[in-house]
Amino acid sequence: MGEMEQLRKEAESLKDQIIVARKGFADTTLQEAVAGTAVVSRVQLKTRKTLRGHLAKIYAMHWGAGLTQCVSASQDGKLIVWDTLSTNKVNAIPLKSSWVMTCAYAPSGNLVACGGLDNMCSIYNLKGKDGNVKVMRELASHTGYLSCCRFVSDSEIITSSGDCTCILWDIETGTEKTIFAGHLGDCMSLGVAPDFKSFISGACDYTAKHWDIRDGNCTHTLSGHESDVNAIGFFPNGNGILTGSDDATCKLYDLRSDQELITYQDATIMCGVTSLAPSLSGRLLLAGYDDFNVNIWDALKAERVGVLAGHDNRVSCIGVSSDGMACCTGSWDSFLKIWN
Amino acid sequence: MTIRNVHDCGQRHRPRVACLKKVEALVLEMQDPTSGVKSQTQRLVITTIPHALTGEDVVAWIAKRFNVDAAEGCAIGTMMVAFGYIYPLRDHKRLILKSDASLYRFQTPYFWPAQQWPVEDTDYAIYLAKRNIRKNGVLELHEQEQYNNLHKWLNHKWDFIVMQAKEQYRAGKERKKPDRVVFDCQERAYWVVHRPPPGSVSAMDLGLLRLIDPNQEESETSDYFRRIIIFTEQCIMRPRVKSSVSLGANPWLTDDPAYWDLNSLTIDNPTRMRVERWTFSFGELLSDPRGRDGFRLFLKKEFSSENLAFWEACEAVKWGTASTIHEKAQQIYKTFLARGAPRWINIDGKTMEVTVRGLKHPHRYVLDAAQTHIYMLMKKDKYGRYLKSPVYMDYQRRATDPEAHNFTETQLAQNAKNRRPSLSPIILRQQEEEQQAKLEASGPVDLTQVMSKLDKRNMLKEGQK
Repeated sequence: MGEMEQLRKEAESLKDQIIVARKGFADTTLQEAVAGTAVVSRVQLKTRKTLRGHLAKIYAMHWGAGLTQCVSASQDGKLIVWDTLSTNKVNAIPLKSSWVMTCAYAPSGNLVACGGLDNMCSIYNLKGKDGNVKVMRELASHTGYLSCCRFVSDSEIITSSGDCTCILWDIETGTEKTIFAGHLGDCMSLGVAPDFKSFISGACDYTAKHWDIRDGNCTHTLSGHESDVNAIGFFPNGNGILTGSDDATCKLYDLRSDQELITYQDATIMCGVTSLAPSLSGRLLLAGYDDFNVNIWDALKAERVGVLAGHDNRVSCIGVSSDGMACCTGSWDSFLKIWN
Repeated sequence: MTIRNVHDCGQRHRPRVACLKKVEALVLEMQDPTSGVKSQTQRLVITTIPHALTGEDVVAWIAKRFNVDAAEGCAIGTMMVAFGYIYPLRDHKRLILKSDASLYRFQTPYFWPAQQWPVEDTDYAIYLAKRNIRKNGVLELHEQEQYNNLHKWLNHKWDFIVMQAKEQYRAGKERKKPDRVVFDCQERAYWVVHRPPPGSVSAMDLGLLRLIDPNQEESETSDYFRRIIIFTEQCIMRPRVKSSVSLGANPWLTDDPAYWDLNSLTIDNPTRMRVERWTFSFGELLSDPRGRDGFRLFLKKEFSSENLAFWEACEAVKWGTASTIHEKAQQIYKTFLARGAPRWINIDGKTMEVTVRGLKHPHRYVLDAAQTHIYMLMKKDKYGRYLKSPVYMDYQRRATDPEAHNFTETQLAQNAKNRRPSLSPIILRQQEEEQQAKLEASGPVDLTQVMSKLDKRNMLKEGQK
């Protein structure tokens, strides 16, 4: 028993040391640093297009690298590639397992990937020879559901799973290159850095971790949330991390000084965050909530500057296009809306 | 045969809805006799039942409490109704808050959604049976279907269920009329929330369940503490760097693209902060393409540029497509590793042996050992010399120090008019590839050529002697 006490004291003292070290590097708070910037006025976005076609809850969507294409996955077992400007469906891919939880579009535009309760990540080749879309690879090695997948290039993909690990795959051989283990809860989401050298993952152990793709090591663990981290994304300059959690708050962390900068919360918001996306410059943060709305936050001042209300059920996924001109929200009411 | 999924890790008992605690706190505030929502009495034919609220009172209270507008107050109220903390007295199947004179009542805590026990089918069966006893044929279509299904699945318990239903019905009759009405309403509201009619949006719909059990407590053994200690020690050891790329004028505020131009890949005079960043570590220098350019220039002057070229070629193998690995590895062997190669690199015998052996069956990481050796060589020797070299000093001298903007109003307006679209990323990538090709074509110093020329000269000299 004496040993336990000793260990407990040591753990506590180390945690205090970390807090002191972090304070030492905090030469200013975000509030002070942005005191001089102008306030963003009320942002009003309107629904410009509604993409109809899914028959069940939409669980995920992802913009392509081009300016108007996106892919969405729904529990009716379909992966649909949309041309958002004309609202046409470019491809409607039937899936083997209808319990899909995530989808991703490769930066080159040639591949899409999806996965879910089948524990596998299926890669589809959109630019196949006779125009048919076929399964190119099925990456099966996870022992839990696939919660998120993101392409690093046409030959590599990172997946996060409910078995608490993330895996970097080599698509051509279909094998795992690196397994990133360290989370203590289901990994719910992941985001790849703009320079493709690292990625971040958020999990049900209330933390987010930053990993180096080449070394396979976890470089930062960011805690502070009081419930599962559902959504995660890089700040556009690659030095910050945005997380959204079931405790109804979003947080911004700084990677270089290894601490939390600001929390986006409001007493009127009690429902958890399901998805988030920063605007192109990073000044605005769009977060989708369980109460069927998307709130737009001023990322620097942590104030709400707008609401996107238009869905009849939970907003499950949100994405900002690569040129920052439009944002797309997908919901359990089976519609995708494009806002501008 | 029905397959009951018991594998929900206790999540049905305490749904993964962290917001319920906050809503409960709000409900308690609303029920406060002095500062809460004003209640009225509800009049049924003869009986009057106290503690009813009107929708508009609830909306007004919420709007005042949180200082929001009525529409948002209505949305928050609807959320509370959807979770089952407040239930409507008329139109009980639609779980929304109407901001007019329609009446609502607070649900008793026994029926709040965050209780410790799951929502059991047995209880639902008892409830439906009770309603059947009271008045035959009063069940809705979906309730009738559910009742039939439950009858099939819970057939082994059916006597118990019917007996319970009869008992509860009899106990209910013995209550006073107002209490009976209230209890019936509460129970009915509870089941509307937890067994919603098909096609309606339910707040209890949590989507796919997660594997980790939120209720599981981790036991605090010494192993647990050791893990925490190791982790926190690593946390402390990690260096916390405070560096930032230069802050020029913010292009989003001033419409001046100078910030982006100064930090682009092809700039001649990088900013001071960027140049300083190269001194932090060798990795920082290599990860910045502009830094690598400068380093390459320095190495060329020292006639050791094959090291950096080898390192970059190894990176290309590691990150390239699997089909080109074989070809690239062969190319690297011919150019850098073979005896008499034009750009022979200096690695020790053991590493060379291991690498050559591996190259017989090349895979992505076959050149890792050699690459690490060269990396350490460059880091220990060349990096230090580079930082003291005239090439680097030149960069430091020419480094610009961009300041925050001091544009006047008219200048800002002018900038806004002069906004131009930036180069398309496709064109930028083409430019990069062209540069790369030019670099390779311009050719490194070909050692064999040089050596053979020197040999020829020596032979001539000897011949002359």
